[in-house]
Amino acid sequence: MTELTAEALAPASLAYQNWHRFSRNPTAVIGATIVVVVVLAAIFAPFIAPHPDHVGSFVNFRARHQPPSPQYWFGTDDVGRDIFSRVLFGYRVSLVLAAVVLAIAVPLGAALGLVAGYFGGWAEVIIMRLTDIALAIPPLVMALAVTAVLTPSLMHAMFAIAALWWTWHTRLIFSITRTLRGQEFVEAAQILGAGRFHILFRELLPNCASAILVKTSLDFGFVILIGAALSYLGLGVQPPTPDLGTMVASGADFLPDRWWESLLPGAAILFVALGFNLLGDGLRDLYDVESVR
Amino acid sequence: MSAEPLLSVRSLRVDFSTYGRVSHVLSDVSLEVPARRHVALVGESGCGKSVTMKAIMGILAQPPARIVAGEIRFDGRDLLRLKAREREALRGTAMSMVFQDPMSSLNPVFTVGDQMETILKYTDRRLGRARNRRRRRDRLREVLTQVRMPDPDRIAKSYPIMLSGGMRQRVLIAMALLSEPRLLIADEPGTALDVTTQAQILKLLRDLVEERHLALLMITHNLGVVRESADFVYVMYAGAVVERGPAAEIFARARHPYTRALVDCVPKLSGDTTFKGIDGSLPDYGAPPPGCRFAPRCPIAISACNKAPDERRVGPEHSAACWRVGEN
Amino acid sequence: MEFLYFLIRRLMWSLLVLLGLSIVIFGIARVMPGDPARLALGPRASQEQVDDLKAKMGLDRPLVEQYQHFLVGLAHGDLGLSFLTKRPVNDDIAETFAATFELVLATITIAFVVGVPLGVVAAANKDGFLDNLVRFGAILGAVTPSFLLALLLQVLAGYDLHVLPTTGRLSPDSPVHPNITGLLTIDTLLKGDLAGFGDTLKHLLLPSLALSAATVGQIARITRSSMIDVAKQDYIEAGRAFGVPDRVRVFKYMLRPAFVPPLTILGLEFASLLGNAFVVELVFAWPGMASYGVRSILQKDLNAVMGVVMISGLFFVLANLAIDVLVGFVDPRVRIRGSQA
Repeated sequence: MTELTAEALAPASLAYQNWHRFSRNPTAVIGATIVVVVVLAAIFAPFIAPHPDHVGSFVNFRARHQPPSPQYWFGTDDVGRDIFSRVLFGYRVSLVLAAVVLAIAVPLGAALGLVAGYFGGWAEVIIMRLTDIALAIPPLVMALAVTAVLTPSLMHAMFAIAALWWTWHTRLIFSITRTLRGQEFVEAAQILGAGRFHILFRELLPNCASAILVKTSLDFGFVILIGAALSYLGLGVQPPTPDLGTMVASGADFLPDRWWESLLPGAAILFVALGFNLLGDGLRDLYDVESVR
Repeated sequence: MSAEPLLSVRSLRVDFSTYGRVSHVLSDVSLEVPARRHVALVGESGCGKSVTMKAIMGILAQPPARIVAGEIRFDGRDLLRLKAREREALRGTAMSMVFQDPMSSLNPVFTVGDQMETILKYTDRRLGRARNRRRRRDRLREVLTQVRMPDPDRIAKSYPIMLSGGMRQRVLIAMALLSEPRLLIADEPGTALDVTTQAQILKLLRDLVEERHLALLMITHNLGVVRESADFVYVMYAGAVVERGPAAEIFARARHPYTRALVDCVPKLSGDTTFKGIDGSLPDYGAPPPGCRFAPRCPIAISACNKAPDERRVGPEHSAACWRVGEN
Repeated sequence: MEFLYFLIRRLMWSLLVLLGLSIVIFGIARVMPGDPARLALGPRASQEQVDDLKAKMGLDRPLVEQYQHFLVGLAHGDLGLSFLTKRPVNDDIAETFAATFELVLATITIAFVVGVPLGVVAAANKDGFLDNLVRFGAILGAVTPSFLLALLLQVLAGYDLHVLPTTGRLSPDSPVHPNITGLLTIDTLLKGDLAGFGDTLKHLLLPSLALSAATVGQIARITRSSMIDVAKQDYIEAGRAFGVPDRVRVFKYMLRPAFVPPLTILGLEFASLLGNAFVVELVFAWPGMASYGVRSILQKDLNAVMGVVMISGLFFVLANLAIDVLVGFVDPRVRIRGSQA
């Protein structure tokens, strides 16, 4: 029986098709919207924030502990600073640090995965054993441990997380590469005399691209959550720079009466993590990638 | 064939609807399987033989399929008029199926014995028969022996992964025999196996027909298999039976152009050894040609082929659906 | 028999990973910039005090020798002395580990007992309302910061509704029983102290709920997709043709093969579970390893920190080993071939 599919009828380019499917997928669209909103808010924070000066060392004891109002959208904290503005600036910290972590972890992980998957043999054994070991340490615990020897700073902690995070990508790329290795287009390239680097980066890597994209998207959310947990524990950016996790921690003292000081920054964290998670999920549906977690 | 045959399919028509389009998959299928006979249903992939088989067994998913017209009579009753419950009662009891792929048709995480016992337990329940554990095990041993398995107890305790392909296929046959069916439908028996093992399986099936007085309907695309085993052959093309007759007749004196082409396709070891295929491909079931569906590919088509041909007699039990049969 | 070989292979892997872990942890501790003794004593201690501590802790020996010492100690279960408390680190950890273990165990139980049925329901209602609901819940669970959820639960159940206790493992006025397993739930049962048992459960509920949120979602989703995959398999269709009733097909034939991916995922999730446990323990003042760990970190107690990380790693490796064994038990293909091919 012949079956007609919608794709077979559409004459348009691949990019157009992808966009078409993407925009039909509510999860992806919502996720992308949230991410865009947060990123823009973070970039333009100094211009959007109603009280940009509350970000630095600012105190206004007459306006302490104000509940959310038209003047202070998220209310004020215990020294009178506008929480909404601080949340916007806090987004900057979260996004930048997640970006740093992933900028290190993803290329490193992908490269190692490619090498292990393509060359096999000793490279595979060593790299995958290393991966096993690194996976055995909870990232949070690692970050905590590292900050014991260095001064507590979010940057140090993030480097520690990056030092463990690459392993997920290595595993992922490794399994994809290993499957692809046996396929014909690789053989064809080899026969044609393509160098190893060429095969790695021009043949194999593009095939992993969708998986990497999905995983990175999801990772942004998870790394932000870990960063928030670290700053909640007190290893975050030092005050008075606003940071979402620290805000939740300091606001926690005033629960449950002054709930906005703790729960609203917390909700902000949830919001951005949700956005990346939905985006990653939507991309996963789009590319039909099953092996990505 | 005097008395009513065990299984009789009459003018079965099945449509499929996908993506809003309707495909007329089976246009008019009629066939019969008498008791204690070995009947083969032959055709290329996509000709509708699996659909026919599933319709007979009652496992055709409706939607997207829809049985538009026809009868499927088993033991005197029209299966299509039965309630789902009654239909289900027949499945696995009076009529049973042997699956195609022994690798994937067995649940990998349960032992073979466990799977067989489960099947037996529930068929017994449906037949109102009570059998305790020990007697179930005895029955397992019985059927495993019938399919010529050495050491049935060990086999029962094994997981599918521990058995070879041939053994797994025998297990599948044994499963089908558990409740002493009257009709066995074998879906491409042995295609997933190597040729030698396949030959053994086919021989086993032949012997079973004899020994257990079964009626066997064998679905296959492989003519070579048919020649070895079957008594009677139905040749299907694009949703209709184009020729029917005793196996020997079909091979010696095929009349329908499609059958002739098929017979020619079978590679020979001597004589003309050039490799022949049939040009063209199956029609679009959404918009099938009016009349004979083989006409577009047929080397001897004439304008009359625009109308669906009647089945024309060629021999005592042999007929072909072609306008050009019966000429000179 | 082949099961034994399988076990041995798994054990070898675990030992290898642990060895590598010890090297990594040791490397970090000793190779990082900064003088551990100096860090522990602070900038105001004199140089002699620092040197003194160094000698006492064996920090002035060559690195390789230090590592050997460390390894030997590990093999004997000795994690060195805490800089701060001057007690063996294992004593400190042993006191607190049971609490963490109990919490994690409760969390995993909830994750499976709630997650698997949710996944089955979602698969059965594929693309329907229930399916989307489960998916939505799973995502929500995954993106909520654990500390936020912990705080919320504390506020809602504890302060507002006064239903459940919000801190600690046991009410201050319950009788304390001698430590049999360290797991209060089991200990109270063994002693026949039903009131105490109920009390420990009440205390356990909120923290484990907070911790399980993300994992329940993961388990539900993976169970769902795994059930859907299995449902497509030929052998399920075959079961139908043989007349096996639907109920049996779903709960026996589909569930067993589908059970393996959630188990495997749990193994991978374990690391983040432990990490989140740290945060949750702090919020609920749960006297577990995490609070000990965080305290050690803030006070730069190097040996203690290394000990905590090592034990976390050990816990992870053992948990994965247990899971691998369980998987091997359920799926014979893994036992025989080492993979699910």
